[in-house]
Amino acid sequence: METSGFNQRHLLGIDHLSASEIDLILDTADSFVEVSTRNIKKVPALKGRTVVNLFFENSTRTRSSFEIAAKRLSADLINFNSSVSSLKKGESLKDTVLTLEAMNPHIIVIRHSAAGAPRYLTTFARSCIVNAGDGFHEHPTQALLDALTIRQRFGKLRGLKIAVVGDILHSRVARSNLILHQKMGNPVNLVGPPSLVPLEFERMGARVFYDLKAGVKDVDIVMMLRVQEERGAGNYFPSIREYRRLFEINAEVFATAAPDAIIMHPGPLNRDVEIETSLADSDRSVILQQVNNGIAVRMAVLYLLKGESNEAAH
Amino acid sequence: MKLLIKNGRLVDPHSRVDDTVDIQIDGSVIQNIQPRLEPEKGCRVIDAAGLVVCPGFVDMHVHLREPGNENKETIQSGVEAAVHGGFTSVACMPNTKPVNDNRSVTEYIIARARKCGLANVFPVAAISMGLEGKNITEMADLAAGGAVGFSDDGRCVMSADLIRKALEYCRMLDLPIIEHPEDHSISGEGLVNEGLISYKYGMRGILNAAEEVIVARDIILQDRIRSRLHLTHISTSRAVELIRDAKSNGIPVTADATPHHLLLNEEKITTYDTVYKVKPPLRTEADRLGLVEGVRDGTIDCIASDHAPHTRDEKDKEFEYAPFGAIGLESTVSVIYDRLVRTRIISLNRMVELMSTNPARILNLKDRGQVTRGKPADLTVLDLNRRFSIHEAAFRSKANNCPFLKWEGMGKVAFTIVGGKVVYASGD
Repeated sequence: METSGFNQRHLLGIDHLSASEIDLILDTADSFVEVSTRNIKKVPALKGRTVVNLFFENSTRTRSSFEIAAKRLSADLINFNSSVSSLKKGESLKDTVLTLEAMNPHIIVIRHSAAGAPRYLTTFARSCIVNAGDGFHEHPTQALLDALTIRQRFGKLRGLKIAVVGDILHSRVARSNLILHQKMGNPVNLVGPPSLVPLEFERMGARVFYDLKAGVKDVDIVMMLRVQEERGAGNYFPSIREYRRLFEINAEVFATAAPDAIIMHPGPLNRDVEIETSLADSDRSVILQQVNNGIAVRMAVLYLLKGESNEAAH
Repeated sequence: MKLLIKNGRLVDPHSRVDDTVDIQIDGSVIQNIQPRLEPEKGCRVIDAAGLVVCPGFVDMHVHLREPGNENKETIQSGVEAAVHGGFTSVACMPNTKPVNDNRSVTEYIIARARKCGLANVFPVAAISMGLEGKNITEMADLAAGGAVGFSDDGRCVMSADLIRKALEYCRMLDLPIIEHPEDHSISGEGLVNEGLISYKYGMRGILNAAEEVIVARDIILQDRIRSRLHLTHISTSRAVELIRDAKSNGIPVTADATPHHLLLNEEKITTYDTVYKVKPPLRTEADRLGLVEGVRDGTIDCIASDHAPHTRDEKDKEFEYAPFGAIGLESTVSVIYDRLVRTRIISLNRMVELMSTNPARILNLKDRGQVTRGKPADLTVLDLNRRFSIHEAAFRSKANNCPFLKWEGMGKVAFTIVGGKVVYASGD
């Protein structure tokens, strides 16, 4: 497979990628989509390499998606799960990573509640670092799998209009998608209550809407974000009831989007809070396709990074 | 022991002198200042030709960490850092363990500092017991023990009623209340300046308003109380404007700014380097320029480092988990001279005002901040023609969390003289 043109040692965020590198990841992912349709869903690309899943936040889909991706590439994989609270008591992140690195892994996939934690790892670790979500900062593989899904549906990734709806302030998915679509030249609408959608995002090139109908009008992609009740929703909006009334996407509102528009959600869903359950299950919804594409995209990322550049260090 | 400093250019805003003179020191006191003095027999002579002699610099906001956090800094390492950086006096904040909220802690700090014998250490005591913001400390007793001001630094006094009472009560002591202006209900769990950068890099922000509402509150209270109010580490241009307005309306208020807020902006945090994690956070370039203008036009009275040492391990962490604070005792003089004086934003005379005359006046240190016959011989001697480079290996501080590491430029401390003793000479 052609891998020239990908000069990243780590995947820390979409911000660090060029548009052509994004295209390359998605092209690579396309070929891995095919692998996943085979009877034997395994290629030897990363045979003999070790991937560490280092998750400091709860995650099922992202962690298992990376796990399957690594295994389908024939890599060895270990899972290291830790709640941040237990980490606070004992070992520092640096010591944890140095300990794991003493076992010579090639790639460390990290999810952490603190923004910048993956970047911090690159200041001392030898492995390739893949950001699987850092605080409110970035979740690059989510934006990439979203992009793959969009490309499959529309046959292109450029010339599309997108609306992202919900808790933009606390969403790494929103940030990574915003950055990705700006690199592709796509207009991005951010929709939600002002307390969750700072106007400063307009200085990043987005348009901010407080009215759902206005925000999704004529867009090709409606991306709903999970209402994160664990973030203390009450501080940012008065009640789920009022939030639902203003920002839940339903068939009626969705009808104002472009005729062939799709609806996306990074999951997990709050059915009938941010998304009407019948809409989530309709043929306009690509939510499960997103999950499925997660594997191919993560295979592509692991494959392109390979842990090759640190070979000399070992 | 006699010491004669010959041929130096004395810059002393207090006595409005900027001239080449000789300074005769006898014991710990300045004996004579004359255009030409001949050394007496047995008198040590420092040839200060080409050097600038200033009243000893006073850093009115440092954390020496002792008692309680001696792993970060001790009084010994702190005063070594002070004289290495050209400071003859420092005022240390009360957030030690135990808190400096009673006379025994104040006296302990002074006794320890005296034993070290390098820089003068003036303790700032707490406003409230345990820094809890509930009951005011025994301010008169603390003052009698040597406290030079009161502050709940790090924890702003959130109760307007309590700060009112503290301001009123300490009026009889003629000592300042030093407010760390931060509305904690606004700043919350914030890590960096709130704005485009905090949103883009996914970190909780601290609005400018967190500082400004307290600055405004305190100024309004002070308008009636007319006590002594000092606002420390001002970081926003709006706060500078509020202070400028207050001063023009005759409200007694003074303020300081740190070198890092004067010389750095929020863009530094985009690499998540914890050395730039400070409180208040590094602000926008517009705020920085507003602050520099405040220093230039007299709104800001002092430059203070907020020297906040932390261990290497404490700072070697995820940005979110690292403690706030940067050290500055050993970089402030050089970076301020090089970036503000050499660039002609402020004069050398103004720099001395900001770093000696004014902090001494604000802390009511009647003998300091001046080069006057009969007063203690505290002098900072600068060599403006020598290059500096800030590097960790040279630090006397235990810590290395300095945001000016690797900075280079012109202007070094040549000698630091405290009480007539040369406590630092470059080349040492």
